[in-house]
Amino acid sequence: MQLSQKHIDYWRKNLVITAILVLIWFFVTFVIGYYAIDLKDVTFLGFPIAFYMGAQGSLIIYVLIIWFYASYMNKLDLEYGVHEGEDQ
Amino acid sequence: MSNGAAPAFSQKTFTQQLKKYYAFYTGGFISFVILLAIAEQMGLPNRWIGYCFLFATILLYAGIGVMSRTADVAEYYVAGRRVPALFNGMATGADWMSAASFIAMAGGLYLQGYDGLAFIMGWTGGYCLVALFLAPYLRKFGQFTIPDFLGARYGGHIPRMVGMCAAILCSFTYVVAQIYGVGVITTRFTGVQFEVGVFLGLAGILVCSFLGGMRAVTWTQVAQYIILILAYMIPLVMLGMRHTGIPVPHVAYGYTLEKITKKEQELAKDPKELEVRGIFKKRANDADAKVKGLPASYGTEKAVVEKNLADLRATNAEPGKLKLAEDALKAFPPSPEAAKKKWEADKAAATARTGPPRPHATPFPGASEKARDIARKNFLALVFCLMVGTAALPHILMRYYTTPSVREARVSVTWSLFFIFLLYFSAPVLAVLVKYEMYHFVVGTAFADLPRWVANWHAVDRSLLNIVDINGDGIVQLAEIAIGGDIVVLATPEIARLPYVISGLVAAGGLAAALSTADGLLLTIANALSHDLYYKLINPQASTKTRLTVAKMLLLVVAVLAASVAAQKPADILFLVSAAFSLAAAGFFPALTLGIFWKRANKWGATLGMLAGVGVTFYYMCITQPWLRSVFGVKGTIAENTWWDISPISAGLFGVPLGFIVIIVVSLLTKAPEKEVQELVDHVRYPVLEGDLDTRGI
Repeated sequence: MQLSQKHIDYWRKNLVITAILVLIWFFVTFVIGYYAIDLKDVTFLGFPIAFYMGAQGSLIIYVLIIWFYASYMNKLDLEYGVHEGEDQ
Repeated sequence: MSNGAAPAFSQKTFTQQLKKYYAFYTGGFISFVILLAIAEQMGLPNRWIGYCFLFATILLYAGIGVMSRTADVAEYYVAGRRVPALFNGMATGADWMSAASFIAMAGGLYLQGYDGLAFIMGWTGGYCLVALFLAPYLRKFGQFTIPDFLGARYGGHIPRMVGMCAAILCSFTYVVAQIYGVGVITTRFTGVQFEVGVFLGLAGILVCSFLGGMRAVTWTQVAQYIILILAYMIPLVMLGMRHTGIPVPHVAYGYTLEKITKKEQELAKDPKELEVRGIFKKRANDADAKVKGLPASYGTEKAVVEKNLADLRATNAEPGKLKLAEDALKAFPPSPEAAKKKWEADKAAATARTGPPRPHATPFPGASEKARDIARKNFLALVFCLMVGTAALPHILMRYYTTPSVREARVSVTWSLFFIFLLYFSAPVLAVLVKYEMYHFVVGTAFADLPRWVANWHAVDRSLLNIVDINGDGIVQLAEIAIGGDIVVLATPEIARLPYVISGLVAAGGLAAALSTADGLLLTIANALSHDLYYKLINPQASTKTRLTVAKMLLLVVAVLAASVAAQKPADILFLVSAAFSLAAAGFFPALTLGIFWKRANKWGATLGMLAGVGVTFYYMCITQPWLRSVFGVKGTIAENTWWDISPISAGLFGVPLGFIVIIVVSLLTKAPEKEVQELVDHVRYPVLEGDLDTRGI
């Protein structure tokens, strides 16, 4: 099985979007978590921002990350002709 | 259609039918609750409402289980690979959310404040890793179990066997905890004995999975998800209406949290509170003095208790006082060793209540810069282990084998996390609302005018709620309240002044959460044994019929084994559950991801990497966790043994990177994998390739 240039491009694009989304995930989880103490005076809707991020904000971002990845990749499949047939 | 048994109608019609069935089912369940509510008004006793919920829901799951019975291998192991994304998402949600998520998590947040959010973030953020690194690729590979992938990718039986052992190790500790949870819930709401509750629950688990394997488990899990989310949301919405005036307390509880923070600051310096804390301080000191005075203090203390009783008898004291003194003598430790244990426990319990209230919204509260830093380090380490562990638990990954396509697998992870998110972003709300209720309507109230729910729970179970007038002023101080976390979820219906039928609904929800997780786990263990050990290793010529018979027998054996362990009420069960996450993270995550993203990873790298990861994780737990230390007779203090002040629950922090390093180094030092393996990697990376391999393995 020989991969065409198109296949290689598809995989590279997949790696790029994966890396970007992992970086967002890392920032939201660990960078904000690390600086939680320093953020204690910033508030949002009455919440200290660190608490808000831990209880709601980061969760919403996680759902968005996964949703974005699914729709991006499903489009990419079509664009690069590696999509599955209907009803497969 | 590439499935083994092609259904007579298209996937689209199938999805629509499912939607219709489950909409009908949800409506039916709500009507059932309403009927029971009417029956309650007409005088149906609470115990009967509990029975109705318990037996009606178990009967329902059994019905779905029987209707989904199957004799087809692909149906049994992967539900025929035609579960639509939306429904697989619900099933994964139920599979994922255990009794701990449903009952204990809000309580943990109540007790720990910000620091408890590690579980909220860890158990949701892990799905990002599932979506980005595993689910679509495993779906493309598409066999039956996670060891299947390890076996095919790394070649030979050794990686498959190591993977199988790791899967069984982490799933078994977890399933014992679930069955234990089933026993607790059944006991609480029907009053049967704990052991009977465990085996009743076991029956509930087996009726779901025994006849139909993954297919039956999938459709019952969807049904269980619907019940558990309704049971969590209804009381929360009602309580939220009382406090915030809108049915979505999630957006408004920040202001409630502000009020709590203000109250905490008042309570921290309130003179009455200080008085109670002072009494606890004195008790702690007394206990400490007794421990230090051993062995001499054993005799003198015993003499005091005996003299007290003798004096009361001599003066013909009233029977109540006499009884108390007799009990005190009976409860007196039988030996100096036992006394040491008891007094040390007394000291710890009293010491825990000498401090001001823990600030709910503050991250990592601590006395010193160093303590705060250690708390932060452990928080982040725990989040890391829970996330990577989520992305490595076989019973979750297995669910993504059941979707019809790679495309659906990706969408399905979105739905999974969305359905899990609904409960996880509600738990912190519940914790805050109940805390507000406690701080404003219980603290500062006279003992005679306590809200009714407090009196009820106080009578039911002292380990969940115990309020004693320590300083004798007739008013409740915060420091006088001792609570067990589970009460937050269990008492919410009563706090919101809802009828008992909602309490029954909450119990049904907790039961659904525990049963669905137990089902998924049992199936993982039984499949690892029947498919990976029996079929792939011992008897590859076995017929379909033999394979399914063996699978079902093994399911039965594993279930009974797990229930017998749970009936012993093993100590440190919570630690075992958390340990499962670290072990799964270190065992599977590096081998699975490198197997997909790095073609050079080979058999020896993966095998040694998995062993090293699990090995170092387990070793670290053994030298730092009190119970394991006593089992293995570890020397040296815990403080000397810790690395970088990390607690044993987060041991995966060391295991995961070591796993990666070992796989990379050993793979580079040994021969590159065969060409076929490299082709397999390409195969899983693209949803469709020309001349695609067939790895469905049916």
